[in-house]
Amino acid sequence: MPENLAVRARGISKSFDEVVALDGVDLDIAEGQIHGLVGPNGAGKTTLLGLLLGLAVADGGDLEILGSPVRRTLSLPDRVAGFVDGPGLYPSLTASQNLAALARLRGSGSDGIGDALEQVGLTDVAHDRVRGFSLGMRQRLGLAAALLTKPRLLVLDEPANGLDPAGTRHVHRVLMGLAADGTSVVLSSHRMDDLAALCSEVTILATGRVVFSGPVGKLAAETDELDYRVRTSDPAAARRVASETPQLRVLPDDELLRRHDAEALLVRAAVPALDDLVARLVRANVAVRELAPVVAPLEAAFLALTAATNAPSEDEDL
Amino acid sequence: MTAVAVALPRAGARPAPVRRSYRFELVKLLAQWRIRLLILACWVGPALLVAVISQQSSLPADTVFGRWMSQTGWAGPLVVLSFSCSYVLPIVTSLVAGDVFAAEDRLGTWRHLLVAVRSPRRIFAAKTLASLTVILLLVAGLAASGIVGGLAAVGNRPLVGLDGQLLAPAHAAGTVLLAWASVLAPTLAFAAVGLLGSVALGRSPMGLVVPALLAIALQLAQLLPLPVVVRVALPSYAFIAWRGLFTDPPQIGPIVLGVIVSLAWAVAATALAYVLFMRRDFTDAAYDGVGRRVLVQAALPLAALLAVTVGVIAVATPVAGSGIDKPKLDRSLATAFAHLYVMQTGELHRPNVTEAQLRSGAACDKGGSLLADHGAGNDWRCVVSWHLPGSTATGQAIYQLDVTPDGRYKADGDGPQEVNGFFQVHTAMGDAPNPLWQFDGLVDLLAPTSKG
Repeated sequence: MPENLAVRARGISKSFDEVVALDGVDLDIAEGQIHGLVGPNGAGKTTLLGLLLGLAVADGGDLEILGSPVRRTLSLPDRVAGFVDGPGLYPSLTASQNLAALARLRGSGSDGIGDALEQVGLTDVAHDRVRGFSLGMRQRLGLAAALLTKPRLLVLDEPANGLDPAGTRHVHRVLMGLAADGTSVVLSSHRMDDLAALCSEVTILATGRVVFSGPVGKLAAETDELDYRVRTSDPAAARRVASETPQLRVLPDDELLRRHDAEALLVRAAVPALDDLVARLVRANVAVRELAPVVAPLEAAFLALTAATNAPSEDEDL
Repeated sequence: MTAVAVALPRAGARPAPVRRSYRFELVKLLAQWRIRLLILACWVGPALLVAVISQQSSLPADTVFGRWMSQTGWAGPLVVLSFSCSYVLPIVTSLVAGDVFAAEDRLGTWRHLLVAVRSPRRIFAAKTLASLTVILLLVAGLAASGIVGGLAAVGNRPLVGLDGQLLAPAHAAGTVLLAWASVLAPTLAFAAVGLLGSVALGRSPMGLVVPALLAIALQLAQLLPLPVVVRVALPSYAFIAWRGLFTDPPQIGPIVLGVIVSLAWAVAATALAYVLFMRRDFTDAAYDGVGRRVLVQAALPLAALLAVTVGVIAVATPVAGSGIDKPKLDRSLATAFAHLYVMQTGELHRPNVTEAQLRSGAACDKGGSLLADHGAGNDWRCVVSWHLPGSTATGQAIYQLDVTPDGRYKADGDGPQEVNGFFQVHTAMGDAPNPLWQFDGLVDLLAPTSKG
């Protein structure tokens, strides 16, 4: 039996004059899922987020949100919240005034304002004008505004923009808590570490098309080869062992890497070859002190998938 | 056969009611320092200004009613009204209505607002009503402050009208309030143009100054020797037509026409703003107004409205040319002189005389025999004559008239000395302005042009 879907999109297309922003996009987002939306600039992420918030309607295809078909702009069911292109806040109002005005506009009381501010860690600045807020504080306040609606679907565009590490952890905790309570979260971000830490599934868009959609683990597994940095107790021996390992290539020394870590070795391999390298190093009595991808798997997959899509085809060359 | 229960799709959430959106917009407007300062300035500034000027020896005689500021508290609010119509109200509408939509563009809050309200139509209605509320609050402040300042500084005394007639304090109070009420219509027109500019020009600062620029352009137009039908068809005409309330009988025609024209502009500009707003694509983050299409979508329809209004007024009114001619001036000057002569007589404790007994008349001439006797200019020269009861001699006084194209004139006495030679008269209450030395009058531009 299929799980309950907060978002079900089939064959969504959207164009602006001659520009095709979305082209046959399918998307399933389950209840309680944190779903990442990734893509290079111009891939159609903001357009898709706009559709999910009801700011526009698709030219073609079917979109259901929280079980309701969406056929007109701004005709979403209740409890869909979020922001695109930054949170909408009024700088001349304080944090709590912003939330209070919004709560009154929605016809709800101001009971939840204190809780929302506390959730995003802004209780101390509740009575400060937003004019003086940093970008990160505004992002958190925007999230608090969305939380006021007790959303069942939360759509966020780059919510970690401008956040310091503590703020990022704060926001992560909030989003994971919401997901645990059954709220679906759609998250657009360029920060792969955020997506990897938060999302159970991601959708990668390139030039308006879905090039991958599924669990993050599956995405990483689909990636053939990654670059890894290997630090060992004996760099010279490690280099020799690596060069003898099949299906693995030792990369030329990178100037930048050498400057920071002269003893590191760069190799490119798929996971089985990497396992083989580790076994060979152990047999050669070389201690492995660090083995880490140079680029996170999600980011590598993203780069590989979007680069392939963006590369000019032979037809285009003609 | 098995029955299958089909769950009907849930309808979308209902948009926020206009009442809630209106309150939201008011909160945002009133939280701005600029608006708070405006409110403070409008509710306090005029009172201070009127109180200070009323105590000065040199009064703003160039402004209509300015010369009476030290004599009655009702002149102050009219000076404030006159000044407001020229500068303050266009600026107020610029700062409030001219920014109410553009502010969302600058702050990048449109999407947020749309998701919260879920109806562009209701957002438009709420923003329009909220800016209108603030503008009315500011206009009320200007009026109330001017009145309080005048009454506190000078007192509740009779006001000299623009035909020299003395208005009792209660009558003056009602007429002053009516005059302020009449300028609400052109204020609405400028506010609507502000809304249109704000919608059409996006975050561009040009949107903010559209009403102010329009006001300057229309003021310049009012200075030109335009035909009266064009002058009355301008949306700013009601900003000066209120002066007609201070004659007896009141010059109702220009006021009514001015108000109708202003309301037509208010409706048209608001409708254009609404259409442009509803056509806007809010998913386009780079939207920055309609750009060059503003000329076609906003300016041309209003220009067409002006042309239509000119045509309708030309057909509906019997007046051609400037609306200023010798018979009108003769009549107006003779009436004003008679009223003011009676007033001067009272002040100097001479034997009582009535306007009817004076049988005053005037003979005006523009620029000598070489020029036709019509139109505005400062080259009108008039001889006023009158009769005193029990005397066979006819009194005569000479006045130089500076007539402006809007029908207002300033009559400057040029002798004889005992009538209009001194700028002050000694009264029982102390020195007072000589009512016959220099006075203001008003010609009804729309009154039928007299023959002969």
